[in-house]
Amino acid sequence: MDDSINQGFDPKSEQGFVYTKLDSIINWVRANSIWPQPMGLACCAIELMGVGGSRFDIARFGMEVMRFSPRQSDCMIVSGTVTYKMAGVIRRVYDQMAAPKWVIAMGACASSGGMFRTYSVLQGVDKIIPVDVYVSGCPTRPEALLDALITLQKKIGTEHSTKGLFSAQK
Amino acid sequence: MEQKEFTYPEAAALAEGRVGEKMVLNLGPSHPATHGVLRLKLELDGDLITRCDPMVGYLHRGQEKIAENMTYNQFIPFTDRLDYLAPLSNNIAFAQCVEKLAGLEITDRCKAIRVICCELSRIASHLVGLAAYGMDAGSTTVFMYCFTQREKLCTLFEQLTGARMTSSYARIGGLARDIPEGWLGNVNSFANQFLPALDEIDNLITRNKIFMDRAVGIGVITPEQAMQWGLTGANLRASGVATDLRKDVPYLGYNNYEFDVAIGVHGDCYDRWLVRIEEMRQSIRIIRQAIEKMPEGNVNINNKMFTLPQKDKVLRNMEDLINNFVLITQGPDIPKGEAYFEADNPKGALGFYVMSKGGGVPYRVKVRSPSFLSLSALQEILPGHHMSDAVIILGSLDFVLGECDR
Amino acid sequence: MNFEKLLAELKFLVARPSRDGIVAYDCPRANLLKAAQTLRDNFEFQSLSDIASIDMGEDAGNRRFGAVYHFFSHTKKCYVRLVVMCDSQEEPVLPSITPVYKSADWLEREAFDLMGIVFENHPSLRRILMWDNYPWHPLRKDFPLAGKESPLPETFAGNEGVTKVIPAPENGGPFHSPSCGAKFVSEREPRSLDGQCSAIDNI
Repeated sequence: MDDSINQGFDPKSEQGFVYTKLDSIINWVRANSIWPQPMGLACCAIELMGVGGSRFDIARFGMEVMRFSPRQSDCMIVSGTVTYKMAGVIRRVYDQMAAPKWVIAMGACASSGGMFRTYSVLQGVDKIIPVDVYVSGCPTRPEALLDALITLQKKIGTEHSTKGLFSAQK
Repeated sequence: MEQKEFTYPEAAALAEGRVGEKMVLNLGPSHPATHGVLRLKLELDGDLITRCDPMVGYLHRGQEKIAENMTYNQFIPFTDRLDYLAPLSNNIAFAQCVEKLAGLEITDRCKAIRVICCELSRIASHLVGLAAYGMDAGSTTVFMYCFTQREKLCTLFEQLTGARMTSSYARIGGLARDIPEGWLGNVNSFANQFLPALDEIDNLITRNKIFMDRAVGIGVITPEQAMQWGLTGANLRASGVATDLRKDVPYLGYNNYEFDVAIGVHGDCYDRWLVRIEEMRQSIRIIRQAIEKMPEGNVNINNKMFTLPQKDKVLRNMEDLINNFVLITQGPDIPKGEAYFEADNPKGALGFYVMSKGGGVPYRVKVRSPSFLSLSALQEILPGHHMSDAVIILGSLDFVLGECDR
Repeated sequence: MNFEKLLAELKFLVARPSRDGIVAYDCPRANLLKAAQTLRDNFEFQSLSDIASIDMGEDAGNRRFGAVYHFFSHTKKCYVRLVVMCDSQEEPVLPSITPVYKSADWLEREAFDLMGIVFENHPSLRRILMWDNYPWHPLRKDFPLAGKESPLPETFAGNEGVTKVIPAPENGGPFHSPSCGAKFVSEREPRSLDGQCSAIDNI
């Protein structure tokens, strides 16, 4: 999508006008200002906090604004084991998020229940909410989480944003 | 809320004279990730908390039941996930309990390495606890400074065990592997640069007027209350009770090291901050002594029934192959009986009660969690305080839900 | 710490073998509250460290359920263990020691939640780790690790159709093989023995 901007813009002949798809612009804006909602449940939450620290620095991606309010955030990062007791809460918080919204399942527990195949653990958060990116790890290394966020940015770049612009996201 | 009438005089008196309705406010379970999934049902009279019902269990993963299906060494990774801020000390506490049950005496080198691991975990855990506490009080810089130091610790843990956080390092009868070459030098360099960094963190918060206004005199826990509610560790010591399991019921050879125990005076949130800072300084002191006195020798005990044989022998020698196979698939054979061991972990006294009926799999493992009891004390501490004090009190108690809910 | 004096004052305590150096006693149900009170008031055991609920298996008959209490003295720096068994398998009941130790409040709630032991005179005995309308007591030996079908927690209000509480998939997992229908761990999982024979013979 960057290419279309570069190809489209030739200052001499275009005389200051840029041609690109509306999709590209909207995707570019959304991808570069994701505000995560850290659904920090267990051990992965500590690595999530580490990503916010100065060594792994999520701020260089524009994502240091960790908004806990679902109304103000874009991407829910489910980090940690999801128990049945907590699952209802996660579902409600997800429902309250405004479109466009994405979900990253961080770690083994969020992706599939992890090492806890027990009576109280939901085997994967994708049973209750749609997940965009799964990250493995127990806990996920901060570099892997950054990789997941970059993958999410690429995924956002391929979306047809103009289609569902004025309708609710499922 | 339908439960018992609270008799705490202050809150009741304050509530009685007022006219108007009380509001029930829900704090959590999805609130800033620093403390995890805790839900507080607060009954408020305006801004004053009159009742508090902490609700836990949002992270209950069934670890005690898992323990009944895993061999002792297979359960070690699950102990990592209890207090996930200080995984090494959990591993060591569990291994100590089982070794007590089996009547094993570990080598001196193993004890010294375990002491270094426990103290490094203490620093790591307190750094996160204080980072969260400071951030809740309003200072994000503390968070950044503490996490910078913690990243250095994570690098050390990674060099030692292979993982930044969930180490799974202890085994029944010793450790997974000996320390790598040069690791003690790295720990020393860390210790040398840590104390000035701690002074920086201290400078930010300890005499900061805003923090002192928010924390001094808030959340006072008297020594009798602390002992009644089963508080342990820094929370207990901040209230003035001089109990430190490392000195009182020494384990891992702690009686060979010289260190002081920080005891608070007032039992308020400010004291809990001070006690944790001082504990980190003392931890560096212990680490330096342990590095100096590091004995030579084996890390694992010389007992075929517990220690895995060397890998090159396993691949060549039939006996060692069978030994390895049996130890891994069936686990070390622990005799019948029960044992209880409490270790002075950063969050408090983490206890393991292990009941064995023979064989390699425990019959019952109960985890005595310090955070569970710290949270239960909230029922008595919070009423009478303002809403904004609730966050400070939660931060000062430094609990972890992974340990509380298991 | 004068344990002879303790035995002299609480004559109903019976010594129990102990492998970890902690002095342990069996205490009858009816005398538990008195024992707790004496320990706190006369022998300076200021803290209740832990209450561990135990399930000795269906074969143990009426002495199936019980609880192990650990007390700690901050002045004498030592522990004492009391093991109390319930009288009935269908309705396990123990007296609550919340009037003596406040930490018993949540510890007893947890024992009730996970093991099903009812504590008399507890200020508010309700579930703490599982959700309120969860029908089972998970830590019992006849309850499978994977769990059973249960009603959803109340946090799902409004979202009832989203998912169900079903047993976790155990196939290929590190735990026992679900193909054996046997009840107890020692029958499903040969490594966990009930003190009958050595590890190797049981293969």
